[in-house]
Amino acid sequence: MSLAAPGGVGERLPLIDGPDKVTGRARYTADIAEPDALAGRIFRSPHAHADILSLDVEAARRLPGVVAVITGADCDKTYGVLPIAMNEYPLARDRVRYRGEPVAAIAARDAATAERALALIVMKVRPLPGYDEAAEARATDAVPLHEKSPGNIQREVHHEFGDVAAGLAAAALVREETYRYAEVTHVHMEPHATVARWDAEREQLTVWTVSQVPYYVHLMLGRCLGIPESRIRVIKPFVGGGFGARTETLNFELITGLLARAAGGAVKMELTREETAITHRGRPETEVVLKLGMTRAGKITAAACTVTQRGGAYAGYGIVTILYAGALLHALYDIPAVRYDGYRVYTNTPPCGAMRGHGTVDVRHAFESLMDAMAAELGLDPFAVRRANLMSVPGTTPNGLIVNSYGLAECMDIVERASGWRARKGRLPPGRGLGMACSHYVSGAAKPVHWTGEPHAVVNLKLDFDGGLTLLTGAADIGQGSNTILAQAAAEILGISVERVRVVANDSAVTPKDNGSYSSRVTFMVGNAAVDAARKLKGILDEAAARALGAPVADIACVGGVFRAAAGPNKGLGFDEVAHAAIAQRGAIVVSGTFTVPEEYQGGKHRGGAVGSTMGFSYAAQVVEVSVDTDTGAITVEKVWVAHDCGRAINPLSVEGQVQGSVWMGMGQALSEETYYKNGLPMHANMLDYRVPSIVDSPPIEVHIVESMDPNGPFGAKEAGEGSLSGFLPALTNAVAEAIGVRFLELPLTPDKIVKALGRKKPQPKTGDAP
Amino acid sequence: MKKSTMKSILRLILNGREREDAAADNLLLLDYVRETAGLTGTKRGCDGGECGACTVLVDGKPALSCITLAHRCAGTHVETIESLESEGRLSRLQRAFHEYLGSQCGYCTPGMIMAAEALLRRKPAPSEADIRAALAGNICRCTGYVKIIEAVQAAARGAP
Repeated sequence: MSLAAPGGVGERLPLIDGPDKVTGRARYTADIAEPDALAGRIFRSPHAHADILSLDVEAARRLPGVVAVITGADCDKTYGVLPIAMNEYPLARDRVRYRGEPVAAIAARDAATAERALALIVMKVRPLPGYDEAAEARATDAVPLHEKSPGNIQREVHHEFGDVAAGLAAAALVREETYRYAEVTHVHMEPHATVARWDAEREQLTVWTVSQVPYYVHLMLGRCLGIPESRIRVIKPFVGGGFGARTETLNFELITGLLARAAGGAVKMELTREETAITHRGRPETEVVLKLGMTRAGKITAAACTVTQRGGAYAGYGIVTILYAGALLHALYDIPAVRYDGYRVYTNTPPCGAMRGHGTVDVRHAFESLMDAMAAELGLDPFAVRRANLMSVPGTTPNGLIVNSYGLAECMDIVERASGWRARKGRLPPGRGLGMACSHYVSGAAKPVHWTGEPHAVVNLKLDFDGGLTLLTGAADIGQGSNTILAQAAAEILGISVERVRVVANDSAVTPKDNGSYSSRVTFMVGNAAVDAARKLKGILDEAAARALGAPVADIACVGGVFRAAAGPNKGLGFDEVAHAAIAQRGAIVVSGTFTVPEEYQGGKHRGGAVGSTMGFSYAAQVVEVSVDTDTGAITVEKVWVAHDCGRAINPLSVEGQVQGSVWMGMGQALSEETYYKNGLPMHANMLDYRVPSIVDSPPIEVHIVESMDPNGPFGAKEAGEGSLSGFLPALTNAVAEAIGVRFLELPLTPDKIVKALGRKKPQPKTGDAP
Repeated sequence: MKKSTMKSILRLILNGREREDAAADNLLLLDYVRETAGLTGTKRGCDGGECGACTVLVDGKPALSCITLAHRCAGTHVETIESLESEGRLSRLQRAFHEYLGSQCGYCTPGMIMAAEALLRRKPAPSEADIRAALAGNICRCTGYVKIIEAVQAAARGAP
């Protein structure tokens, strides 16, 4: 009843912390002023795979100015984001498994001294065979990286839902292709950094770090330092992006904590860009073998998909990534039968992990590419073939995922119209093409990584004598704007201006625990908790207003910050008056709102069934227009039209920003980004060789918002920050297929691949086939 | 062991204020701004000249402070993001980056705004191509640049 309140739901509100960012006042971890902090540095393995025979740090320890040196001997506890797969030590013990793996660390009076000390460390090793590629690591005579993983398979997944053989037999057209994707990485603009202070007198640790998941960092610090969590305080300052890199505890965070304790003081650890790149946790190099069966009308009868991911040296999120790749074959289209075989492989490369669109992006490219090629063979329009496969909603997929809101058809209608598809498709000049694709993503993983039984999200609201409202949250704003969304949600329920809401986030001593910013969970889950908290506070205020106005609570309404009794005299009470009346009776008011995803949404009962489960899927469709220079092989993305179903846009400005950023990140992976290794050495560990698109390479991205009003999202909202990413890659290659008549099965689509394919290509019809 | 580096007196104007510091001969302008002067708005994003996050103005021209020696700026006027506000109010570029969501995580923002500031001083009514050329060395990983271009255009119009 308060839609007019400034900054309420649906308003294009700039980020509430925007002024801090544009003035340089925002403090990131490296900006934390701890003048007595020692400089931390990490000694890293120069070997990709080796047994450590000896590690001599005595000379480093004796160097004047060195305060502490720690090695694997200082921590015998493993860590990892998944309780079932913690197989990494903060500092390697006995064996190193990738080049750049931390082995020892130094705290010294200044950086120059710490670096001199690094040079004095002597590590003797017995080299082991190193594996850059999944196929090498899977060879029968390969040395296992981990004892419990023979054949270097971290996890195999074999799922079949429905009768795939019967589905393929019933199809009019069956096609199979093999697709390959380079490894990509996040390149968040802020290099990794942690500041830790150990209070030796009181045995307490305070840590400032770059995390998306400060709560997980807190847990792992407790585990690896062997101290109660109550003695630890974790603070997340401003964070310069994450994109998934920081959704698990990272080695340098634990190392800095261990170093601070060893040094008995404060340590500041700032990683270089190269070290940040080696810490990695990005999207794995992936092979997808996909087979689809289709009727003449374009209805998919069955899908069979085999995915192999080169996971790197440690488990990390690997099990989740390989499960996501299969689970989200479902829930975009109605597919009656799906078989999925997944293999997550250990290699001697930096560990992969979660990256925007976790696990789904490469598979989505394969799927939308093959679908497009088969549609062309059947003479069907790309939009028509997708419309032939729409789900009926509400509904449950064969693997137990529940879909309640589904704006995909509307998304397609919008981008078809906005791009002028019907008038232009097939009529563009040579070298120019239009392509389209659809995509989806979860609004928060329905089952938390740690099954603690606690609510999935908690928000506290505090109202005190000053009349200001403080929203306390552990949700990590990493630039996506979650603080702003939570403030809008609370203000909307309370009928007050968003300017009255102050957000305090991410200090474990002050704010309630939150699982963190991953799987696009914050708007949906923490947003719902904010709504719950605001409703509880509103109940208290309504009671106070009822007492003051001498009216029944049921008759109280707050509109535009004024409380009135429906039947009483017309004079209302302002928010401040009611707040003071409430506080006078009970003192400062603190309420806690919670949200938990109900059990029925937590996925199928099969092994791994929780991954992919969510309470609300976002949907997106996009059209990409390209021109291809057939002499140089350069692709120019002329324009992107994208429609994203985010349920309800709590902040349309923010939704646009998220969707543009997603589409653009997909463009980087499609066109230029890749990292590979030679004898374990990363070939792209800087921002020149790793080619993030510049402003010159980047197209206009026209965003259309579709509001399907999810029944369970806060105000109907679902996620907006990931679902549009994966659609870009196939929309691009589908557009290139029109432009030059070649369908590419390997990304990134760098100019050399175009030139090579054109050199090989015979004249052929525009629909194209595999090179 | 290396001898400690020689220091000498560095005089320059930082954000309109004259300064005199004993600075190591190999001190980078980025470290001078962040550590000697304590202005942490200017960011380090890479290992040298790759990302533009550390962009400041030296005598009005954009410079990558992470690959500029502080002593090379002796006698110049160095301007950082902290210089743009006037009486505590945002400059037109700052306001436009805020209101048009040209800044998400904010880490590239100080360098991006300083590069754009240099452009608007040189060319008050830039074309879109001018904006792209002027910001080509500044990487942003959040926005896809769409709203950055809109923000610079709005600031150039003078009315966000």
